[in-house]
Amino acid sequence: MKEGSAEKERNALAARVKSWTDRYRGVLALVAVVLLGCIFSPENYRSDWPLFLTLDTQLDVLFEYSEVGILATGMTLVILTGGIDLSVGSVLGMSATLFSLMVVAYGLPVAVALPAAVLAGAVAGCLCGGLIAKTKMQPFVATLAMMAAARGMAKLISGGIKVQPGAREWYAVQSGTPAFFETMTSALPGIPVQPVTLLFVFTLVFMWLVVKYTRFGRHLYAIGGSEEAARLSGIRIGLTKVAAYGLCGLFAGLAGVCNASRMTLGDPEAGSTYELDAIAAVVIGGTSLMGGRGNMLLTLLGTLIIGYINKILSLNAVPEHYRLLAKGAIIVAAVLIQQKRRD
Amino acid sequence: MERSIGRGMCRALPEFTSKMLSFSAWLDTRTQRPYANREPRQQSRGDDVPQILMKGIRKSFGEVSVLHGVDLELRAGNTLALVGENGAGKSTLIKVLAGVYPDYGGEIELDGKPLRMDSPRTSENAGVAVIFQELSLVPPMTVAENIFLGREPFGRLRLVNRGKMAAEAERLLGELGIHISPEKPVELLSMAERQMVEIAKALSRKVRFLIMDEPTSTLPEEDVERLFTLMDKLRVSGVGLLYVSHKLEEIYRVADRITVLRDGALVGTATPQELPPAMMIKWMVGREIDQFLPKHQGVPGEPVLSVRNMRLHDPVADRYLVDDVSFTVKAGEIVGLAGLRGAGNNEVLGAIFGRYGNRASGALEICGRAVAISAPRAALEAGIAYLSNDRKEAGIVPPMSVLHNMTLGSLKALTRPVILTRRREMEAGRELYEQLSVRAPSIDTPVENLSGGNQQKALLGRWLMRKPRVLLLDEPTRGIDVGAKAEIYRLMNELAEQGLGIVFTSTELQELLALSDRILVMHRGKLSRELSREEATQENVTEAAMQVSTTG
Ligand SMILES: Nc1ncnc2c1ncn2[C@@H]1O[C@H](COP(=O)(O)OP(=O)(O)OP(=O)(O)O)[C@@H](O)[C@H]1O
Ligand SMILES: [Mg+2]
Repeated sequence: MKEGSAEKERNALAARVKSWTDRYRGVLALVAVVLLGCIFSPENYRSDWPLFLTLDTQLDVLFEYSEVGILATGMTLVILTGGIDLSVGSVLGMSATLFSLMVVAYGLPVAVALPAAVLAGAVAGCLCGGLIAKTKMQPFVATLAMMAAARGMAKLISGGIKVQPGAREWYAVQSGTPAFFETMTSALPGIPVQPVTLLFVFTLVFMWLVVKYTRFGRHLYAIGGSEEAARLSGIRIGLTKVAAYGLCGLFAGLAGVCNASRMTLGDPEAGSTYELDAIAAVVIGGTSLMGGRGNMLLTLLGTLIIGYINKILSLNAVPEHYRLLAKGAIIVAAVLIQQKRRD
Repeated sequence: MERSIGRGMCRALPEFTSKMLSFSAWLDTRTQRPYANREPRQQSRGDDVPQILMKGIRKSFGEVSVLHGVDLELRAGNTLALVGENGAGKSTLIKVLAGVYPDYGGEIELDGKPLRMDSPRTSENAGVAVIFQELSLVPPMTVAENIFLGREPFGRLRLVNRGKMAAEAERLLGELGIHISPEKPVELLSMAERQMVEIAKALSRKVRFLIMDEPTSTLPEEDVERLFTLMDKLRVSGVGLLYVSHKLEEIYRVADRITVLRDGALVGTATPQELPPAMMIKWMVGREIDQFLPKHQGVPGEPVLSVRNMRLHDPVADRYLVDDVSFTVKAGEIVGLAGLRGAGNNEVLGAIFGRYGNRASGALEICGRAVAISAPRAALEAGIAYLSNDRKEAGIVPPMSVLHNMTLGSLKALTRPVILTRRREMEAGRELYEQLSVRAPSIDTPVENLSGGNQQKALLGRWLMRKPRVLLLDEPTRGIDVGAKAEIYRLMNELAEQGLGIVFTSTELQELLALSDRILVMHRGKLSRELSREEATQENVTEAAMQVSTTG
């Protein structure tokens, strides 16, 4: 095969470039989005610097998308097992309402209210997980039920109104904003980063380590890759699923606290359609909905990509309806690219 | 076999070698018979004209080159056997022919005209039907729906004509001599039945070339016969056949020509007369190998596994797949479970392992301690390991790396206290990876990218890593090449000598006879006979399995 040697070399080079671009496709997509952002960014009125590239804008993206990011972190765990959790948006609403209710209406200290709100989310998640593990119900169905139930619960406990100081005369706090809400969403002394943003980054990095370096993480991949093989390897399928959905709910609860802080009120309608954003972030990152493939860093990428795109569109004052259309197109494009990679 | 596990054992027991049956000699004797009986070949029109010619086929995955310049010819009315070690590239070559990998290099000609196999459609239109190594049926759909998937017969209003579909499916299956209801969902079928459905599916259209990648690896011997009869019928009617197998005996029964691949390159093509088994093995492996079926000689110790009144209920058919089975396995003993298809020998192993949950009942003792057969987890903790025979569904975790697949059963021992480090996993996995000579681009390659036989080796590694006391192996050599088979036989013998109790099944009677200290023969879910090594002959086992002798 003498004639083929030059061709072979060329092929090898092409193969190497291809495998490199395959591996870093997500990063490339992010870079592309950032470039787009720079090109289409209006200029800062004080300098020629594109508004998109200012630190403020960048931190804004993280801040605005921290709730979705936290939801997506939990969602990744569930999706790795080959499941899905549609209830996170509602659970976020429920937790936000519960948290505000405890702080604003009953005047309970945050040290009580915060764990309680997060726990409520975890309980909702565990219920879903238990239902799925015990009755072999489809995750889609079980969490769809929870999606309705949690929303109902939020409306029930709030009486259907937004929970904020002075909304009812019997509320403990009648005016002003509770201090905790302020601190969570204002920049820390010295660094221009809000605690909510930090919470998101910390959660994601922590779960990245958990998924990568613990037995629990490995079990998630095994279940998503082949449930029967995992069972025959001695993995407790039920328990692992309950833990995955439980954690997903717990993070939804945490995101609820962030949401209440950001809005400075507990809105029982909060977080509707957030589950879709969370799923989109995971999928755009490249984690497979079939389970068993993907990781947490990809979810960070995915969250940033949709965060940036939204930011670009809003900086350019693109109306809402176009924004939604663009989002749809981007999800399709991202998934198509991922499918390409697999064959 | 430099890294051979059994080396030490062989050296330690030199007198042993003399007693060993030479595998190739045995094969030579076995293969003469079918030859003599063979009908004179019917001369088809195109017997000398290659109908499909593959020239200089190349294929690489990323940076890994898997095929580098392979030639292959298919002729009408002629059976070509394609052989080679695990990972030699046989399945890849077949997938190129099936249009699955459009980015191949080299040329393909159909009837002398160049044809680019750029999609499965092209290949189908050329009259090529392929039965892949890993079956590709849709489990929840019925047999008939699977057979006609994508080509459903239409009735009025362009609705699928279910009646016609079922009737047609029934006819096809009837031709194959298999009686499965076309309305039965595929997920309720056994592996052998699924295989037959797959063949029926291939034959449901006009085929000129039938390609079968290890069709017999999942089939019990009686079905293999049936398949061969069918293949012969097809061959006589002018279909060109390509057949892959690791079972040498079969190759010499069916092949008109043999093409040997090694490491993605063509070694050569020859007729079976020109290429005796020993030479074919040399072509495949690149060197002479000791092909013997060694029998270990341990003194059985204390009972390690005792099974009492094991039953397994099949809720669908409402009958017992395993019916009141009791037996004991001693340390250092290899027990073979024989039986025809549906005899329940495979299920016994799964039931012992707790795979079927509360559908199974009975009592189990491991090393004298009573153990509840509730779940695989409990069985694992009691010191049992179980290699299932459905590698694709219940063995590998496809997207995980080879290493992670191997450590999956031992994660608890590898975490200290919460962290699972790569270093520790490597320590545990590396040695087994080399001992079992798993062939993969690297230990971090997703296991789904390995050849079938190498996946099997990785799975064996998963169970050996646990250092079990009882090893249940359901068709351990399924899809494994000759060299690695010998390796696994040695490994089983060595493990038995270390005091493990081993229970295994096999679709190859010769393997059962050669390895087992005792053979338990099953018939319709019940133990029908127990044969000591001395009593175990091919005739005795077959007789017990078919229950031809009157038992009253
Ligand atoms: N999708 C893939 N990506 C990367 N490597 C692959 C892929 N598919 C196959 N390979 C590699 O190609 C080689 C040949 O594989 P192939 O499946 O053709 O072997 P085979 O001859 O059929 O072996 P077996 O007898 O075990 O079935 C193997 O080393 C395998 O690891
Ligand atoms: Mg193969």
